[in-house]
Amino acid sequence: MALQLTNRSKVVSNKEQSFSEKLYLPAIVKGMAITFSHLFKKAPTIRYPDETRPMAPVYRGQHVLKLDENGAERCTSCGMCAVACPAEAITMESGERKKGEEHLYREDKYATKYEINMLRCIFCGLCEDACPKEAIFLTDRKVESDFERGDFVYGKDKLVEKVNERVDISKRQTPEVLAFKKIPGLKHNELFDGKKLKDKH
Amino acid sequence: MLTFVIYKSILCVVIFAISLGVAAYSTWWERKFAAFLQDRKGPSRAGPFGLLQPLADGGKMFFKEEIIPNVSNKFLFILGPSLFLLTSMMTGVVIPWGKDVKIGSDIFSLQITDINIGILYVLGVTSIGVYGIMIGGWASNNKYSLLGAIRASSQMISYEIAMGISIIALVITAGGTLSLREIIAQQDAGLCNLVYQPLGFLIFLICAFAETNRAPFDLSECETELIGGYNTEYSAFKLGAFLFAEYINMFISSALMAGLYFGGYNFPFAHEFYNALGLQEGSAIISLIGFGVYFAKTCIFISVFMWIRWTLPRFRYDQLMNLGWRILIPLSILNLVLTVVVEYFRGNIIL
Repeated sequence: MALQLTNRSKVVSNKEQSFSEKLYLPAIVKGMAITFSHLFKKAPTIRYPDETRPMAPVYRGQHVLKLDENGAERCTSCGMCAVACPAEAITMESGERKKGEEHLYREDKYATKYEINMLRCIFCGLCEDACPKEAIFLTDRKVESDFERGDFVYGKDKLVEKVNERVDISKRQTPEVLAFKKIPGLKHNELFDGKKLKDKH
Repeated sequence: MLTFVIYKSILCVVIFAISLGVAAYSTWWERKFAAFLQDRKGPSRAGPFGLLQPLADGGKMFFKEEIIPNVSNKFLFILGPSLFLLTSMMTGVVIPWGKDVKIGSDIFSLQITDINIGILYVLGVTSIGVYGIMIGGWASNNKYSLLGAIRASSQMISYEIAMGISIIALVITAGGTLSLREIIAQQDAGLCNLVYQPLGFLIFLICAFAETNRAPFDLSECETELIGGYNTEYSAFKLGAFLFAEYINMFISSALMAGLYFGGYNFPFAHEFYNALGLQEGSAIISLIGFGVYFAKTCIFISVFMWIRWTLPRFRYDQLMNLGWRILIPLSILNLVLTVVVEYFRGNIIL
């Protein structure tokens, strides 16, 4: 006996068909019974725009750039997300905050341009892990279909959340996740930890 | 006389409309039924349960560009689908849809015309229908179309023989009448003809599938091998006419099976039922109930057509010819001989 991975293999035989097999009708009736039984089975169809498949609470969909509690952008344009991105989907340009813009940007430096190419993005969530300012998050929103490739490059107009329409990310960032991110030993915390940075030089 | 003419013209229009309506909604039901058999939901966007789908399909067909190939024979190219649609509509003429209605001294029959050779007429007209496919396929001047047309015509000619012989056996049990009206009326009192002709019914059923070019005998238009067969070159409403005529054919052969073998508008304990309701013979309500029963039986047969289509794979061409000539024809002759012997001993045939 040869080695078998499963017991499903069948030995092919060319034996003569019996009378009932030659009649075909029993086989046809059997086949029709099988198809008929499917009449009473529930279709697994989900009519997409009307119904949606239940999503995991931590689904990784379209990104959001968070504002802080005063409505100022959290992003400081450090570029960690762009470095972390395996698909190289993120590009940004930095600018300096002018006087009188304190209510718009939380820190001195901010992103004048921040673009994510949604066709390149693989929704892995590494940008979110890399972000030291808790500014970028993936949400359970889906990236909508569009006609032009260029339209899939989302700028700040689509990414930054609106002050009056806050995007809930509490499911993705539970206190435990935040605590984990702040563990001092982790590599990105090490880089930004001023003390350790000094020691290195 | 005038009332007769008016009544008949109204009846014609009504049956014409019903045939078209049934054909249109067969396409909807075909898709829906196929979906159910395959654990899907089927068309659901156009109207509730997708009920407006046939209208959408028809509208689409209507607004497509009409293409007539340069190398085709234009007259024949147009004649093909017209003839096919015409003959398929003509077969419905002899089917009695219900009992006669008596209003005063006038008798209104739910049959457009009672030809005393009704079945022969149906067979003859469907034979002309083959010309529709043949002409269409040939006029297209395309190899695929021609192959499809040849397959269709040889198939229809082969299976018509077995079908005809199985009907002769039926006619013998029915006491020698070829009129559909009388054959259905006879099943009123006793059992339906299926009891006397089970083998004949089976042969008729198989031949009906072949005659209507339905799966598993859809070699003439097999999408995978002949990219549509005889209707490859057709577009827009001419293609629609072909497809439509096929569904009408299916409707008519379902109606024939329901009428010839399953008693048409009769049903078990019909007289007791009517008496319990206190209905007089010849009342309109009896006819209406009878029509409903006949129509329901027909719809069940249409569903059987679809059920088979979504169960069985297509026959190979040689298997098809083998089945037709070497199995069905001898079997139908055997059935005929057996019927004659049995009827002789029952005393219905006197030599």
